[in-house]
Amino acid sequence: MSGASAGVVVFAVGNRSRGDDAIGPLLLERLEAWLAGVDRGADFALIEDFQLQIEHALDLAGRRLALFVDAGTGTPAPYDFRTIGAAAPGGSHSSHALGPAAVLGVYRQVTGEDPPPAFVLCVRGERFALGEDPSPAARVHIEAAWRQLAALCERPDPEHWRATAARLSDGLAAAESRVAVSAAG
Amino acid sequence: MAFPLETAANPEKLRRVAIDPVSRVEGHGKVTLLLDDRGRVQQVRLHIVEFRGFEKFIQGRPYWEVPVMVQRLCGICPVSHHLAASKALDVVVGAARLTPTAEKIRRLMHYGQIMQSHAVHFFHLCSPDLLFGFDSDASRRNIVAVAQAHPEIARQGVLLRRYGQEIIRVTAGKRVHGTGSVPGGVNKAVTREERDLLLADAYQMIAWSRGAVRLIKDLHAQNPALYNSFGSFRSNLMSLAGAGGALDFYHGRLRARSENGDLLFDGVDYRGYADLIHEEVKPWSYMKFPFFTALGKEKGWYRVGPLSRVQNCDFIPTPLAEAERREFVDYSGGTPTHAPLAYHWARMIEMLHAVETIKDLLHDDDILGGELTVTGTRAQEGVGVIEAPRGTLIHHYRVGEDDLVTMCNLIVSTTHNNQAMNEAIRNVAQRYLRGHEITEGLLNHIEVAIRAFDPCLSCATHALGKMPLAVELVDAQGALVDALSRDGDGALRREGRP
Repeated sequence: MSGASAGVVVFAVGNRSRGDDAIGPLLLERLEAWLAGVDRGADFALIEDFQLQIEHALDLAGRRLALFVDAGTGTPAPYDFRTIGAAAPGGSHSSHALGPAAVLGVYRQVTGEDPPPAFVLCVRGERFALGEDPSPAARVHIEAAWRQLAALCERPDPEHWRATAARLSDGLAAAESRVAVSAAG
Repeated sequence: MAFPLETAANPEKLRRVAIDPVSRVEGHGKVTLLLDDRGRVQQVRLHIVEFRGFEKFIQGRPYWEVPVMVQRLCGICPVSHHLAASKALDVVVGAARLTPTAEKIRRLMHYGQIMQSHAVHFFHLCSPDLLFGFDSDASRRNIVAVAQAHPEIARQGVLLRRYGQEIIRVTAGKRVHGTGSVPGGVNKAVTREERDLLLADAYQMIAWSRGAVRLIKDLHAQNPALYNSFGSFRSNLMSLAGAGGALDFYHGRLRARSENGDLLFDGVDYRGYADLIHEEVKPWSYMKFPFFTALGKEKGWYRVGPLSRVQNCDFIPTPLAEAERREFVDYSGGTPTHAPLAYHWARMIEMLHAVETIKDLLHDDDILGGELTVTGTRAQEGVGVIEAPRGTLIHHYRVGEDDLVTMCNLIVSTTHNNQAMNEAIRNVAQRYLRGHEITEGLLNHIEVAIRAFDPCLSCATHALGKMPLAVELVDAQGALVDALSRDGDGALRREGRP
């Protein structure tokens, strides 16, 4: 599914053959089936790739909302959902991948326009070895992330997504604070 | 636990700490600078995650699945693996010679891959360094600054890359995970509509590629002292050479030159690679260190990739790129250039050649139809070699009577360049390390040296939160003196300092 006229673009980044790196593609697969079931596929462009590259900036053109779904290492569990802005895609020693914010930066430099409101759904993974299946922990995280993803896609509105990201961020901060207090005690 | 140091002048005065396999690599890459007892850089170790587990991943699979499966090894050059595996398995299915349609479609796919890979490398990875210098403010050394100063450069890079991706989509079936190449040929031809669509933009791509060569030439002319010396070290060169000594990314025989440009071997059938090349194992790295068997590991290491190919061939079989090659060779007075920054110049000459070749192939009606596959007498073993964007790529398989793969061996370009990359970083570190602190400037310079090679970083895994590069400084007693890393968002992090 990659409708050029769709208002929402969802990028799923990862390699299905590398353990928990499959998190993004697995969630996208589920989203595609769900969208087909509720007959809302026309408003969503779904793009799966090993990693983000400069040409993905062109897939942002004409969208009102963008979502990047990726596995994370050492990131909050089960997932983190946050808003992102355009960033300079410099500072790497490799041409092999860009971060989501850098893709937005490329969009700005190529078009001279601001990219659409963009968000990252980062789902924590644990194991990324070649030929491995997703880990048990990742499967649990995927379930939690799927509920969030479906809720977001039921209401693909930038303000709603921003409010969700802020609410989750506050919850995360509170949880971290509780952990810190507990550790200190 | 101490090991002898392979490149130290006085190894008896040095110690090094064995690195536990689990902590060998944190993130995408790590550089360890080892000091001697006088505080000078004696050795460098570039740690890169390699294709561990590949054999297990492939063994036991039906051979016809392999060209598709191997694309999962690398997200930046999956087509190279797709085609190298196909070439190896052509032998297994007895396809001694492909049909013209199949070979030309494979070539089109491969040259599209070379083009898009070189475009992203030059326009988006290296141009900030090259246009603003390595010592410029970090905020200016990014592609946004390039876009502001050279608004067309960044846009051209994206569109060149997209054009190459379109060629891959048309020939392989999909932009990623393509299935176009199969053992014995290809599974689809190009339609007239697809051909016409690609041809419409081909001349624009040639014009932009010529502009890129001009840009890098101008940069060399403006600061020859820097471009000719930064990270420079002398080494042997290896690549495939095509018919008559032509530059050929898809097929040829192995050729190598010494650091002075003398032929070490030529016209070698790549099926005999295992006799030609041995791989040394070092205890601190999963990645092996290949060398020419006849020269031994001390003198036999070599480099591959654009700088080797452009200097190893006798000519480039397209006119614009050939004119640029001649200028490149004249610039260095007819002897090989060894400066890592010259990789970029050679890379742009190759991109120009790739686009010229794409244009010629699109004008060839053989790609529109005809026999797609051939088969012949079945064999149990096949070797396929191709020139991937970063250099020579070797795939080797054995297949049982039951059609299942029983053995595979793979040598990627980053492995060929392993020793060369370590030498380049050592040269830079020796020149720019001051005292016992890893400065941002030193990190920048090390990154510039690595970027010239653009090593494969087991990139088929890409997870948020991974650390792009860490540099650590270890003293003669094995103690960590300093460590600096750059996160994915460009932020610096200093760790490990006592």
